[in-house]
Amino acid sequence: MGTGLYTPRDTARWHAVGRARTGTLASSSEAKGTPLTTHTFPLRTTRKRALALSAAALAAALSLSACGGARTADAAAGTASASGGASCVDTSGDTVKIGFLNSLSGTMAISEQTVRDSLDLAAEEINAAGGVLGKQLEIVAEDGASEPTVFAEKAEKLISSDCVAAVFGGWTSSSRKAMLPVFESKNSLLFYPVQYEGLEASKNIFYTGATTNQQIIPGMDYLKEQGKKKVFLVGSDYVFPRTANKIINAYAEANGIEIVGEEYAPLGHTDFATIVNKLKSSGADAVFNTLNGDSNVAFFKEYKNVGLTVDATPVVSVSIAEEEVGGIGVDNIVGQLTAWNYYQTVESPENSTFVAAFKEKYGDDRPTSDPMEAAYTSLYLWKGMVEKAESFAVADIQEAADGVSFDAPEGTVTVNGDNHHIAKTAYIGEIGPDGLIYSVWESDGPIEPDPFLEGYDWAEGLS
Amino acid sequence: MSAATGPVPGTATPAPWWRRPATRVWAGVAIAAVVLFGLAPALLSDFRLNLLAKFLCLAMVAVGIGLAWGRGGMLVLGQGVFFGIGGYLMAMHMKLSDAGPGAVPDFLLLYGDGVVPGWWEPLRSPVVTILAILVLPAGIAALLGLAVFRRRVRGAYFAILSQALAAAFAILLVGQQKVTGGTNGLNGFRSFFGYDLADPVNKRMLYFIAAGVLIAMVVIVRLLMSSRYGELLVAVRDQENRVRFLGYDPANVKVVAYAIAACFAGIGGALFAPVVGIISPADVGVIPSIGFLVGVAIGGRATLLGPVLGAVAVSWAETGLSEQFPSFWTYFQGALFILVVAFLPQGFASLGGLWRRRRAAGAPAPDDPPVGSGPDAARELASTDAADGAAQEAADAARTAGRNA
Amino acid sequence: MDALFSQLFAGLSLGSVLLLAALGLALTFGQMGVINMAHGEFMMAGAYTAFVLQTFIPDAGVSLLVALPVGFVVGGLLGLLLEVTLISRMYRRPLDTLLVTFGVALVLQQLARDVFGAPNVDVRAPAWLSGAVPFLGMNLPKTRLFILGLAIACVVALSLVLKLTSLGRRIRATVQNRDLAETSGVSTRATDRLTFFVGSGVAGVAGVALTLLGSIGPTLGTNYIVDAFLVVVVGGIGQLKGAVIAAFSLGILQATFEYSTTASLAKVLLFVVIVAFLQVRPQGLVSVRTRSLA
Repeated sequence: MGTGLYTPRDTARWHAVGRARTGTLASSSEAKGTPLTTHTFPLRTTRKRALALSAAALAAALSLSACGGARTADAAAGTASASGGASCVDTSGDTVKIGFLNSLSGTMAISEQTVRDSLDLAAEEINAAGGVLGKQLEIVAEDGASEPTVFAEKAEKLISSDCVAAVFGGWTSSSRKAMLPVFESKNSLLFYPVQYEGLEASKNIFYTGATTNQQIIPGMDYLKEQGKKKVFLVGSDYVFPRTANKIINAYAEANGIEIVGEEYAPLGHTDFATIVNKLKSSGADAVFNTLNGDSNVAFFKEYKNVGLTVDATPVVSVSIAEEEVGGIGVDNIVGQLTAWNYYQTVESPENSTFVAAFKEKYGDDRPTSDPMEAAYTSLYLWKGMVEKAESFAVADIQEAADGVSFDAPEGTVTVNGDNHHIAKTAYIGEIGPDGLIYSVWESDGPIEPDPFLEGYDWAEGLS
Repeated sequence: MSAATGPVPGTATPAPWWRRPATRVWAGVAIAAVVLFGLAPALLSDFRLNLLAKFLCLAMVAVGIGLAWGRGGMLVLGQGVFFGIGGYLMAMHMKLSDAGPGAVPDFLLLYGDGVVPGWWEPLRSPVVTILAILVLPAGIAALLGLAVFRRRVRGAYFAILSQALAAAFAILLVGQQKVTGGTNGLNGFRSFFGYDLADPVNKRMLYFIAAGVLIAMVVIVRLLMSSRYGELLVAVRDQENRVRFLGYDPANVKVVAYAIAACFAGIGGALFAPVVGIISPADVGVIPSIGFLVGVAIGGRATLLGPVLGAVAVSWAETGLSEQFPSFWTYFQGALFILVVAFLPQGFASLGGLWRRRRAAGAPAPDDPPVGSGPDAARELASTDAADGAAQEAADAARTAGRNA
Repeated sequence: MDALFSQLFAGLSLGSVLLLAALGLALTFGQMGVINMAHGEFMMAGAYTAFVLQTFIPDAGVSLLVALPVGFVVGGLLGLLLEVTLISRMYRRPLDTLLVTFGVALVLQQLARDVFGAPNVDVRAPAWLSGAVPFLGMNLPKTRLFILGLAIACVVALSLVLKLTSLGRRIRATVQNRDLAETSGVSTRATDRLTFFVGSGVAGVAGVALTLLGSIGPTLGTNYIVDAFLVVVVGGIGQLKGAVIAAFSLGILQATFEYSTTASLAKVLLFVVIVAFLQVRPQGLVSVRTRSLA
C-alpha cells in the first residue's frame, strides 16, 4: 500500500509518446500548409447543425445562448484558422523575447527547478557574450505548476500574449503532450530538454534529451556485454517505463536474453516487499529499473534488506541522476549502474567550464545532471540555429536546423533535421561512494537519434 | 443567493419586492449572463477568454458540490471521478472522430494493441457520447450513493470513501495505459464535433457553450432548491432522523443530489477536455478533487452563486499568483482553507448578508444572543428549523454578534 | 510454499506499517471524531526528526532509538498546537475539520519544503537492522521485523494506557458519553487535548519507523493518509482492536492481490473489497454499541 494522495514528486520523469509513426511529421505539416477547415472536415455544414443540436442538448435550459455560440462560428467559418500561423514575435528592437516554462511549484518543482537554473545560466552567458544576432535575450519566465493543463495554458500565453521567439522547458511526458498541439497550431518552437520514450517527432519541437536508442538500448547493450542472461524489469506505472520495457522485451528476444519478470508499481508506491520478493525468486542476474522518484528509495532499501547485492544482481537505472542519489542514500545504492548521456564527472574542457560556472552561480553543493546539461545545450543549439538561419522566424529555423552542432559539456552534439532530435554519446555510469556517477562504458561516438527505432530489425512492429 | 438573503429567525419582516430572495436570485443570474455573454467576450483576449472557459468548467463542478455539500451536507471528496468520466468520454469521442471512421486513435497504436476496445467503440457517435456524458456519471453516482446511503454510511465515512474512490480511479486510469493513455491522458484533439479546435472562433464558441451550460446549471439548482425537494434536502442535512420519522427516505433524497452533482461534474469535465486540450489522471485524483472544494468553501457553500464565484476567483488567483510566487501560492491556498472554513464557514457570501442585515437592523447586529450560549448553541437551535442555508447563516451571524458583544 | 510464507510475511509487514500510520488516527478520529488530514504531516515531522537527530548523533542505532521518543513528542506537540488553535473550535463540525486540517497539511508540507529542501533526505539505518533473519527457509528483513515489533509495542502500550490509567478511563468515558463524563467531573477539554497529543505522537513514532523503509520527503505523509483512514473506517470506531484487525487484514489482502495481479490493480481491488465490506458492516469490524440513531 502507500500510493498516496498526491502524484509523487518527480512524477513522470520520462516521457510519453506522440503520434503514431504513420504520418507524424506529415500530418503536422499538412495541418500547417492547408486550411484545416476545408481539408479535414468536408461535411462542415451538416456537422454544424449537429453541433448546434448537441449544444442545445447540453444547455437544455438555455438553448438560446448555445445556439448563439454556434451561429458565431457559422458567420466566421470562412475566415477560420488564418490567424493560427501568424506570428507576433517582435525582432525590431535590440532584444528578443524567449520563454522559459518549468514547474516551480508542485511535485515536479524539485526536478524542473534545476533545469530552470541551467537555462538561466545559459541565457546569462549568451547575453554576456553579445546575445543572439546582436540582440540581448529577454526572458519571460512561467511556472508550469506540475500540471499538464497549466503547461498548455502557459505555453499559449507565452506564444500569443508575450510573443516569444521560442520556449524552453517541459519535463514530464504529459506536459510535452499537452503543449504539443499548442505549438503546432500556433506554429511556434519548443525546446524540450529531457530524455523520453521516443515515438514522437514534431516539426515544432526540438528534443535535446535522449530518445530510446540513446539510453535504453545502450543500457541493454552493456548488460549483454557483461554476459547477463536473465533480466528483471521493474518500473513505475506510466508511459515511459511501459514503452521502454516493450523495447527491452523485443531487444531481449533478439539477443538471447530472458526477461524473468516485469513489474509496475503505481507512482509514489512505497512498499516494495512483494515486488522485491518476486525479483528475488525469479533468479534474475540483472535488473533494469525505470522506477522514478520516491519509489526508488523504497525499492533500493528493500533490495538491500533482503540481501540482494550489486555483484550478483546489479541494477541499471535510467531515472537516477546526481541529485537523486543523496535522497536514496549513497550506502543503499553505491556501485549500482545508470544509463545517461552526461555526468558531472565527464572529462572535457567544456564540462569543466560548465560545472565551474554552475557552481559559481548556484553554490558548490549543487551537482549538475543530464537534464540540466540538455537544457543548457538546448539554448545554445537554438542560438546556433538562429545564427545559421540569420532569422528568428520559425520556418527559417526549421530550415536551418539540420547539422547545427555545439560542443556541449557531454561532448559534441548535432541536430538531426529530419526528426529534430540530436546525436548524443551514451554513457553507462557507476554510482561512486561520493554520490557522483562515473562513466564505466561509453558508446563509440555520438549515436544518431532514431525515435521510431527504424534502424533496428528487432524493433519491427513496436510502434 | 436565497441563503444569503434568507430572513433571520425572529426578525421576519415582509421585505419589499426588490429585497425578496427570488428577485435577487434572478437579478444575479441576469447580471452573470450579461457579464459572461457581453462583457467578458468584449474585453478579454482569446487567450484570457479560453482561460475563463476553463474556469467556468471548474465552476460547473462547484455548482454540483454546492448542492451536494452546501445543501445536502454530503462532503463529496471524489468529484474528480465524475469530472474524469465526463472528460474521458468526451476526449475519447474526439480522438475517435479525429482518427476518422473505422480508424484507430494514435495513442491506441502507441500504447495499446492497435485496436479500439469494444467498449470505446460506441463513442464514435456524437449522440451516444453526449448521452453517456449526461447519464454515466449520474448513474454511477446513483448506484454508489444507493449502496452507501442505504446502509447509512455518512458524514466522515462517506467523505473518506469518496476520497478513496478518487484515488482508486486515478490509479486505474494510469494502470490501464493501453486503453486510457496512462499518465499522459488523452490529448492532441483536433476537432470538437467537427469543428476545428485550432480555430479561435470555435474556441470562442466553446466558451459560449460553457457559459450557457453553467448558467443553465445555476438555474436548475435554483429551481430545485425552491421546490419541495430542496426543502427536504436541507432538512436531511440538518436532521436526518427527523426526516426519516416523517416518512421520507433520506437515502433517496441524498442520492438525487449526489447524482446531480456527479452529472454536473461530468459535464464540466466533458467541456474541460476540448477547452484545455488534455484530460489526464492529474485532473481527477485526490488533490484536484479537494481543490474543487476550495472555491466552494470560499464562495459560500450553501449559496447559489457563491460556489461559482469562488471557483472562478480561486482559479484566477492561482493562475496569477503562482506565476510570481510559486511557493507562496501553496501557503496562500492552505491559509485560505484554514481561515475560511474555520472562521467563515459560509464563505465570503455570508459577509455580504451580514453587512446587509446589520445595516438594515441598525447597529450592531440583528439580535444579540444570550451571553454564554455561543455560536454552537445558536447553530444547534437554528439547525432544527432547517430553513435553507439560513440556519447555518443565523448561527454565523450569532457567532459574529457574540464576538462583538 | 516458500512464496506463500514470504507473501504472508510481506502482508503482515505491510499491515504493521498501516497499523502504525492508523493507530494515532484510531484515537483522534475513532475516539474523538476529528478527521485530521494533517496526520500524515505529523508522520512527516517524525521522519524529519529522525533526520535532524542523525546529524547530531553520529551513531545510527542510538539516534534511531532517541528519535522514537523525540518523534513522539514532536508529533504530539504539533497535534496539541493544532487542537488548541483550530480543532477545539470545530468539534461540532467534523467535516469542516477535514478541510481545515487539509489546509494545515498543505502549509506543513510547504514548510518542510522550504526548511529541508524539496529533495528527499536520507536517514541511515543502524547496522544491527541491516540484513535478514533466516526463518523456515525465508529471509525476513530485520527492519521489517523491527517495525512489526514496534507496531505491536505501540498497540500494547496504548491499550494499557486506555485500560489502566486514569487518562485512559477519562478518554473512554468521554468517548462513550461526553455529557455524562462532563457531569461526572471529567474535564472533557483536557481529555480531548491529551488524546490528541497521544494520537499525534503515535504518528510521529510512525514517521520515525518509516525512515527505515522509504524516502523522507515533504510528501511522505500523503502517501499513507488515505490508506490509514481506510483502516480506521474498516476497523470501526471506538476501539483499537478494530484498527489492529483491519490493518493486518488489509495488509495481507493487498500483498496477496499484488502478488497475483499487479500493484496498481491491487489498490483498486482493495477499494472494491472495502466498499463491499461496508455494505455488510457499515459500522466497521468492531463498534461500540450506543443507543444513538446511526
